[in-house]
Amino acid sequence: MEPILEMKAITKRFPGVLANDNVNLDLYQGEIHALIGENGAGKSTLMSVLFGMYTPEEGEIFYKGQKLDIDGPQDAIELGIGMVHQHFMLVPTLTVAENIILGSEPKRGLKIDIEKAIAKVNELANKFGLQVDATAKVKDIPVGMQQRVEILKALYRGAEVLILDEPTAVLTPQEVEGLYQIMESLTEQGKSIIFITHKLKEVLRISDRITVLRKGKGIGTVTTSETNQKELARMMVGREVLLEVEKEEADFGEVLVEVSNLSAFNDRGMEALNSVSFQIRAGEILGIAGVEGNGQTELVEVLTGLREATAGEYNLHGDSLYNHSARKIKEAKVAHIPEDRHKHGLVLDYTVEDNLVLGYHYREPFAKGINLNFNNLAEHANRLIPEYDIRPQNKEALARSLSGGNQQKIIVAREFDLGPEFLIASQPTRGVDVGAIEFIHRRILEQRDEGKAVLLVSAELPEVISLSDRIAVMYEGEIVDIVDAAEATEEKLGILMAGGSLEGGIANGS
Amino acid sequence: MEILTQIFSLETLSSTLRMATPLAIAAIGGLYSERSGIINIALEGLMLAGAFIAVVVSYFTGIPWLGLLGALVFGGLFAMIHAVVSIKYHADQVVSGVAINMLAAGGTVFMLNIIFNTSGTSESVNALPYWGPFKPTVYIGLLVVFIAHYVLFKTPFGLRVRSVGEHPHAADSVGIDVEKIRYICVGISGILAGLAGAHLSLGVLDSFREGMTAGRGFIALAAMIFGKWTPFGALGASLLFGFSQAVQIRLQGLGIPTEFVQMIPYIFTIIALAGVIGKSTPPTAIGEPFEKGKR
Amino acid sequence: MGVDKIDIKELAIELLIPLLAIIFSFIIGAIIVYTFGYDPIETYAALLQGAFGNLNRFADTLLAATPLIFTGLAVAFAFRCGLFNIGGEGQLLVGGLAAAWVGTFDGLSVVVHVPLAVLAAAIAGAIWIAIPAVLKAFLGVHEVITTIMMNYIAYAMVAYLSLKVLANPGEIKTPPIEASAYLWRFSNILDIRSYMNLGFILALLVLLFIYYLLWKTTIGYEIRAVGINPDAAEYGGISAPKNIILAMLISGALAGLGGAERTLGLYHYYIQGFSPGYGFTGIAVALLGRNHPFGILLAGILFGALSNGRTFMNMAAGVPIDLVNIIQAIIIFFVAADLIFRQFIPNKSEGGVA
Repeated sequence: MEPILEMKAITKRFPGVLANDNVNLDLYQGEIHALIGENGAGKSTLMSVLFGMYTPEEGEIFYKGQKLDIDGPQDAIELGIGMVHQHFMLVPTLTVAENIILGSEPKRGLKIDIEKAIAKVNELANKFGLQVDATAKVKDIPVGMQQRVEILKALYRGAEVLILDEPTAVLTPQEVEGLYQIMESLTEQGKSIIFITHKLKEVLRISDRITVLRKGKGIGTVTTSETNQKELARMMVGREVLLEVEKEEADFGEVLVEVSNLSAFNDRGMEALNSVSFQIRAGEILGIAGVEGNGQTELVEVLTGLREATAGEYNLHGDSLYNHSARKIKEAKVAHIPEDRHKHGLVLDYTVEDNLVLGYHYREPFAKGINLNFNNLAEHANRLIPEYDIRPQNKEALARSLSGGNQQKIIVAREFDLGPEFLIASQPTRGVDVGAIEFIHRRILEQRDEGKAVLLVSAELPEVISLSDRIAVMYEGEIVDIVDAAEATEEKLGILMAGGSLEGGIANGS
Repeated sequence: MEILTQIFSLETLSSTLRMATPLAIAAIGGLYSERSGIINIALEGLMLAGAFIAVVVSYFTGIPWLGLLGALVFGGLFAMIHAVVSIKYHADQVVSGVAINMLAAGGTVFMLNIIFNTSGTSESVNALPYWGPFKPTVYIGLLVVFIAHYVLFKTPFGLRVRSVGEHPHAADSVGIDVEKIRYICVGISGILAGLAGAHLSLGVLDSFREGMTAGRGFIALAAMIFGKWTPFGALGASLLFGFSQAVQIRLQGLGIPTEFVQMIPYIFTIIALAGVIGKSTPPTAIGEPFEKGKR
Repeated sequence: MGVDKIDIKELAIELLIPLLAIIFSFIIGAIIVYTFGYDPIETYAALLQGAFGNLNRFADTLLAATPLIFTGLAVAFAFRCGLFNIGGEGQLLVGGLAAAWVGTFDGLSVVVHVPLAVLAAAIAGAIWIAIPAVLKAFLGVHEVITTIMMNYIAYAMVAYLSLKVLANPGEIKTPPIEASAYLWRFSNILDIRSYMNLGFILALLVLLFIYYLLWKTTIGYEIRAVGINPDAAEYGGISAPKNIILAMLISGALAGLGGAERTLGLYHYYIQGFSPGYGFTGIAVALLGRNHPFGILLAGILFGALSNGRTFMNMAAGVPIDLVNIIQAIIIFFVAADLIFRQFIPNKSEGGVA
């Protein structure tokens, strides 16, 4: 059988980056073909090339045996290639039906034939088992349904090949299972799917074949039934992965951080945190596991003074920090590695030197009155840059010009240097290269061993399991359980993350 | 009581409609542009240019209808400067709007000097005829509002315009040409602002006077915002603001200074933006240049 | 920090773009002039001569530049905090009126009266931007629209106050201010007729102060951080609402000072319609000056020269004075759409990849 789609020797360059280097991919009809690799491996670039959003410097694409010259998404759509983007491409203020027909609207006279549109949407939804409310506005429907709308958009346009870009990132385990069923139903009816992810378990569960990318290069294509997690991991990172972090026996002190019945709203005014309680002892790392969007972000924001809580208590050393300002909380020696360093942790157009005092800029020795002390700023930078191995070693470089790992090191240097009592690290290794990950893990453990309280929020279960002493699992704004890290497995946490419970057995830490 | 009957007399109501016409037309122009994601504070300048061209064409041809046509064409072309600078060169749309206004203010007087050899008021030209109680532009203006509602909310083009203004990358991902939609919408805004200007110079008057729009472009902008970026909302706000202009003189008789009445549209708009009477929220992607591939 | 650390190439581009904008605008101006049958060289020579031809004209250029430096600084200061104050015109008008009113108080000595009147103008300008500032800081209401609206409210308000409250019946200007509120004029010691006054020196001092405030103090660190990335600022314990309000109030005060110079230094009363749009030209000044105090000084003098030289240009070359407004508008287009020039400048490759 001929493949329905072939990408041959695709090379795509961006200024300073080789995003795709001579990559091959083929797809057969009715197949689920997984495309895996670490963040930044070039998966999304390759798919954007296929979808006509980028023009590759070299390489050819064949579809149903014909060489393609795709210029823009419109061409790809007309050929029957549909893409479900990681960040949904939906207009929140329009209805589900309007979003689906956008760009190829059924008409009656000059008008949009909205009845026909709704009927068509419902027909497609029934055929593939994708339940949606055609007349609801997209901003009012849950994330899982938004994803189904995205898939329907592609099907409405007659997609034969569907590209799903990290479709599970925003879903609960049950919703993921529902998505798998949809994917199977689609392939049974002759559609072919390219499934982009970096989660190995998902790949092994659902795909037929797997292509691995690493640093822009195609490492190889394997048949799912003939491989295993370990082999895939090795292909992805290029060496045996050390999931076990070496860590010393914990030496817990007194309770430093006490949070009880903390509640808060999210940006849309809906309850995002519902009566959350936990304690962290000196010398302890409490991990927070959970599918993203279950209140972790809001929890961290409340604890760092970036969001107002609606109820509860929050004490450090017995002193209340409840609804204090970000500045007051910093002054109480709470350090914060934020989830999104571009949005929160750095002023990208400030120099490394200026970023190294962000949040502390108004204090001695960096300022006297309203005057900045430039000598002390320089000295501070000259000390921290080598100590935290920030490269390039240039305090006057703009933070923007540094790599992700080095940007994260600026934040780590700044937050750790002032001797925190309570360290809040949110997704500390996201989008950071392997070397920097190890460095950051080591530094976090050092803080723990020095007797600090650490709250670690991470979407990477292996990271949470290997670094934490105890793990709290969040689901829909609540902590459903707190388990001992030593007894935690991905399976157990997975059940909790889906809102399930473990009957007895595991110690409840709080 | 007597003053109330005076205020709500037939004469005031027809004068309200006359005053509201340029506001509504220009507001609808602004609406197309802003719904597609391009801020348009250039309405004032576009109107002024339209008013001027209308008089010039009528002066040279003697046919006011050609003047009107000239205002539409030139308004659309003039707006293309705003479009190219904002869309192609990603300039700050507010800055570009300011520059259009400045160019129109300077350019019209410059040309007034060249053509009419004065800095004040042009010669009188043939104005538009009356159709019944009103000038044709009043009827056209009402038509423009209804057409805008139909186009924006019932047609594929309107759906695309709204999607481009709210989430251009979503529109792009289904093959909609975001830039093309924006060029068209900014063009329409120029055409309509030109029409509004022609109403002033060939409908209300029969000549061009320096700076004759006197802030009406900004009142139109206010009407568009106060009307929550919808055609009928903009019409309602224009009528309200037109009414406040129409009764100014009468209210002065009651001891209310005209200056305070003049402030009404602006104060209302600030109140509407503050959300005191139902928050007025602009299209999400407004003011942001569109760059393919970025999000 | 800040400006001192920009690398040479970036600095060259920063200087090159305004220069190219000016050159191209004058070329287009020349084409327009030529099209209508005038001599471009004669026109520009007259413009130059009118602006800088002798000491008196040079002083008049600086006089014309003074309010533009203030309004340019006002726009730039707000820009540095990520805000667009398009309401400089209204703030300047209320500032001018406040100074003219305080200027009529009698029985004060010069050392009290002048600072008091100047301060009144600054406060009035700040008050005039307070509502947009608060709405922006706490409700996120876009300041462009609200400051435009405040301009028009100001037009009506100052018309009412100056004509119907302060002015004597039948007059179109307010009563003259006391001599104790006059800003000292250079004609007192120089052999010039120009009304150039202490306001220009005040502008220079304010310019230095703003430079210091933005780049040498924690206040500037915070305001600029909010301007670049309000989320990161909040994270760093820097209150965005507080800094937005502070930056806007300072911006309004700066524009208000421009009005004070006009009433206390030039006119000695408030006259309806005295501003030909200083607040809007301030936007051009700020843009051309790259929102930097020293750039604003140069841009302010350029625009001052244009507005001062245009009358002589009109007399000597016959070209309508509004040519100058056209050139100004074109300069704004070029500076705003600097991509036009940047596309010809080789791009620095983005270093660092995640």
